[in-house]
Amino acid sequence: MEQLGYLLSSTVKILGLIAWIFGLLWGLGRKPLWQKLLTIVAAFAVIQALFGFKIGSFQFFSAFDQGLLFQAVTMAMVALGLNLIYGFNGQFSLAQWGFYGLGAYCSADVTYRWSNGDAGGLIVVGLGVILAGVAIGLVRMFLNRKRGVPVLSAFTFYLFGILAAVFIAVQVGKPLATACLPLFGTVDAPGPLSAPIFLQIVFPLSVIFAGAFAAEVSFLFGLPVLSLGSDYFGIATLGFSIVVQTLMVNSDTILPFPEMKGGRGMIGITKLTTWFWAFAFLIFVIMLIRNFVRSSTGRATLAVREDEIAARAMGIDVASSKLLAFVLGSFVAGIGGGIYAHYIGFLSPNTFSFIKGFDPLIIVVFGGLGSLTGTVAAAFGWIFFLEGFLRVLLGQLGTDAPSWRFVLYPITLLLLMLLRPKGLLGTTEWGFFQASIVKRKIAAPLDKGKGEGVAATPPPPSEVGKPTTGNKH
Amino acid sequence: MPGRNKVTKKTLSAGQRRGPPLAWVGWSFLILLAVVTVLYVGLKAVANPILFLQNLLDGLKLGFVYALIALGYTMVYGIVKLINFAHGDVFMVGAFTSYYAVSRFNLHMWPAAAFPSISPNLAVVLGSLTVILLSMAVCVILAVTIERVAYKPLRDAPRIAALITAIGVSFFLEFFGALPFVFSARFIPYKAPFSTHAWYIKDGIHPIISGQASPDNTISFSNIFLIIAAASILVQVLLQYIVKRTKIGIAMRAASYDKPTARLMGINVDRVISFTFAIGAAFAGLGGVLYAIAYSSIYTQLGVLPGLKAFVAAVLGGIGSIPGAFVGALIMGQAEAMTMGYISTPMRDAVAFSILIIVLLVKPTGLFGEPAQEKA
Amino acid sequence: MADMNGDQIILDVKQATKAFGGLLAVNGLDLRLPKRALQGLIGPNGAGKTTAFNLITGIIPLTNGAVEFKGERVDGLEPFEITRLGIARTFQNIRLFSNLSVLDNVRIAYHAHAGYGLVDSILRSRRFTEKEAELTEKALDFLDIFKLADIADETARNLPYGQQRRVEIARALACNPALLLLDEPAAGMNPREILELMELIHFIRDRFELTILLIEHQMRVVMGICEYLTVMDFGEVIARGTPREIQENQTVVEAYLGKGAGKSAAS
Repeated sequence: MEQLGYLLSSTVKILGLIAWIFGLLWGLGRKPLWQKLLTIVAAFAVIQALFGFKIGSFQFFSAFDQGLLFQAVTMAMVALGLNLIYGFNGQFSLAQWGFYGLGAYCSADVTYRWSNGDAGGLIVVGLGVILAGVAIGLVRMFLNRKRGVPVLSAFTFYLFGILAAVFIAVQVGKPLATACLPLFGTVDAPGPLSAPIFLQIVFPLSVIFAGAFAAEVSFLFGLPVLSLGSDYFGIATLGFSIVVQTLMVNSDTILPFPEMKGGRGMIGITKLTTWFWAFAFLIFVIMLIRNFVRSSTGRATLAVREDEIAARAMGIDVASSKLLAFVLGSFVAGIGGGIYAHYIGFLSPNTFSFIKGFDPLIIVVFGGLGSLTGTVAAAFGWIFFLEGFLRVLLGQLGTDAPSWRFVLYPITLLLLMLLRPKGLLGTTEWGFFQASIVKRKIAAPLDKGKGEGVAATPPPPSEVGKPTTGNKH
Repeated sequence: MPGRNKVTKKTLSAGQRRGPPLAWVGWSFLILLAVVTVLYVGLKAVANPILFLQNLLDGLKLGFVYALIALGYTMVYGIVKLINFAHGDVFMVGAFTSYYAVSRFNLHMWPAAAFPSISPNLAVVLGSLTVILLSMAVCVILAVTIERVAYKPLRDAPRIAALITAIGVSFFLEFFGALPFVFSARFIPYKAPFSTHAWYIKDGIHPIISGQASPDNTISFSNIFLIIAAASILVQVLLQYIVKRTKIGIAMRAASYDKPTARLMGINVDRVISFTFAIGAAFAGLGGVLYAIAYSSIYTQLGVLPGLKAFVAAVLGGIGSIPGAFVGALIMGQAEAMTMGYISTPMRDAVAFSILIIVLLVKPTGLFGEPAQEKA
Repeated sequence: MADMNGDQIILDVKQATKAFGGLLAVNGLDLRLPKRALQGLIGPNGAGKTTAFNLITGIIPLTNGAVEFKGERVDGLEPFEITRLGIARTFQNIRLFSNLSVLDNVRIAYHAHAGYGLVDSILRSRRFTEKEAELTEKALDFLDIFKLADIADETARNLPYGQQRRVEIARALACNPALLLLDEPAAGMNPREILELMELIHFIRDRFELTILLIEHQMRVVMGICEYLTVMDFGEVIARGTPREIQENQTVVEAYLGKGAGKSAAS
């Protein structure tokens, strides 16, 4: 009976959340600005209210469910980024999980240091990200002037540019951080910077910086690797994820970050992710991705997926288009990582093992390649079904049962691939994610044609063949 | 559409084409990287040549195992253009099969039991061979089943669907194997069908008494290393023979070049593909048993990283090329062993993939790969 | 002699050579197109015609020789740069963005002239709204010209063959080219569609003041609309001249009779 109740309430939760997503997207898709804003506020408020909602022993979102919700939000972000790279641009990337991990560690390190009275993390990361961005811009300007610089050389320039930027950031940031030290005060007499409000400012900054950090790394990595063929790209990105995880395991030995504690995992991260921040960043990511996809640049991205050679012949810079989608997708993954780190409060390299990195891929495939709606819905459904429902239900059936879910999920995946290889939603979009429908007056072209002296229809056949008269056969 | 005219020296040298600008920057960066690596390893080698040789030997051992797995990857990719992620797990199943055959059913003892009069050495050899053949057979059946059930229906689907399916199959094997009534999720100490002997080299070859460490500053090796090396080279030669000389090998090459045409020529492409999977799986099974004996502990995710690295090796050597896979695997083995010896054990994966990326950038088709032509 | 009437010549291919391994797909091709010319490139299958197109558009790099467009060397540039300079093309085996709508196919070709950047589109600035509307209008205008406006929202893949060809030409024109390369535009069309196509080619040349170079196997099209022909075989030019001259050229007749005369004559 208990299982049945749990099954019912889980189903209600999953369906409710998916309805919530569709409602949110529908509202965001409305034209007037006030309706969009109202939707955002309402969508936020509904979940926030449910957090405290309780009838007797029944709680709609228990603490466990709240964790799942944050997990779903981060997964939605990571999967949206991956869908941009893979679903829209056609680049089969397994690096998304690595960028997610980079973002998580980067953001966590910033707030961790801040919480411990060290502004160095924020200053060095912030400066580094900005200076590296400047360096990338400068090198790009330089390279644009020379045509046809080989990828390897371009990579070398960018690499040294970014290394220089990082070096400057560290050299400038360290003294600045030392200068800030007195402002934190001591444990007994906290300084002005120790006020909790600053942490609330540092947190979103750290998340944005984490995204930018992931984006810059992905730029440097993607530049050479995107020029490889698709399968090779897949393997190289898988390699990237493995390398990132290796670096995490060695963060306190090979890398100079003792606070990350290597393979033992980073503990003591302040749990700063609230529903407000998670939701705010989710909306930000949804808007970013959608506005990108539904633009000329986004269409160019799609063209690259459809046919690279034709895209090049249509004047599209395929290499830049791929790089842009990759960088944007990684940026989003980095942001997701930042959100994740601050709700879980503990980062272990095991979380970022490449095997788990297939999760976002599976979500994207489930939801439908090239369907943003599907990705968001699948992310929520997936987390609540697999991590919540299935885990708890199987846990009640017996001690061995939880391991069964990892047997069931590849089987589901296989069935999906055999029966519906394009995913559950295909490329269908809903509300906000839909392409705007082109409407046009039918009379318009004729008027226009006359005005500009252009015939709207081809000339009659009699005119054909004039220049080559006498060539009938 | 290539024409039929031969290139003459004259036409090509008629006008020098300008090269791309600033190409030297990338090259000098790579050369710098290579020089630093060689210097670093070289200095270490000079400082302690014994340790260097030991690392070299460890690298060879690893490389030979990778070569056994890489062959399956490279053949399957060559023919169906699919990264068969499940191949590493077939390797794992091979290891587990032999484990159960030996520790549960004492299969390796049958010659001694059946013919008590034969010499003990012969009995061990026969018994071990039986175990290995059984593992290979199980792997073949598994791989062909996977191919039939999961990959064949998707042969005309987008390639990515097949790749995701391969990932799904791989996960299924790993996690199904991790169920308590199958293999269990723990590390299991492996019981070898024959006992391993090790020797060390110091003014001649001396056996190491089991349980004792080899003396300092000596190079040690074991019989399992010799067996792995021999098996790997043997398989290499055998495969070359199959692909170059036999009818099925010619059919394989034809199918990998152009499937529709091969079909028109009366080649049963489905059978050729199954055969390719089978032969790759057989070698993976062999590799699995030898790997388990050499590293003496098995678990259900055993195949993931070796599988991946073997694939990287295949790409490195030029995917589709059998000697390429072999050379790539040896390079991977060396890179990993040197990293483990001189930098740190966990960094081995990082170095392996970095090498892959660099090689692909310099020669996108791998070391032995055919240059690809883009057709508009 | 290029200096004499250099501004008249829009495309000048000089000794273009492409070797695939040991085989010369195109060997020492010379091709000059005056402004507003409508020329044909013909030859038996495998003569190197499509390779010549790929060399001009930069899809494959030249082994030797040079390509000048509007007096500037374009060989060695990326294909997208060459397209932006004003060379657009269609493909032998139609290469539409098959999962996208007809309208999007054309709008993609207009990307280089979109007039707004990434920041505009992410912030949905006023500039984005205006330029995007303008771009869509313009794309629809193109579709109108090709009588495709009704099916603007159709997925390209679902269109009949003849319409796909038209979409492809419309898409190439949306790149705003000065030179249009058509690779077998009449392939797979029925006689009525071929007639329409011939009208269309003439029409777009006049309407957009284009120079057109086309590869074609259908002698009816080639003889019907081309002013001048270049005949290739085994990667080399074997004849040049007006369609009438070519028809009477013994070398050409031999090349076709020897290789694929039946096929060309049948259509």
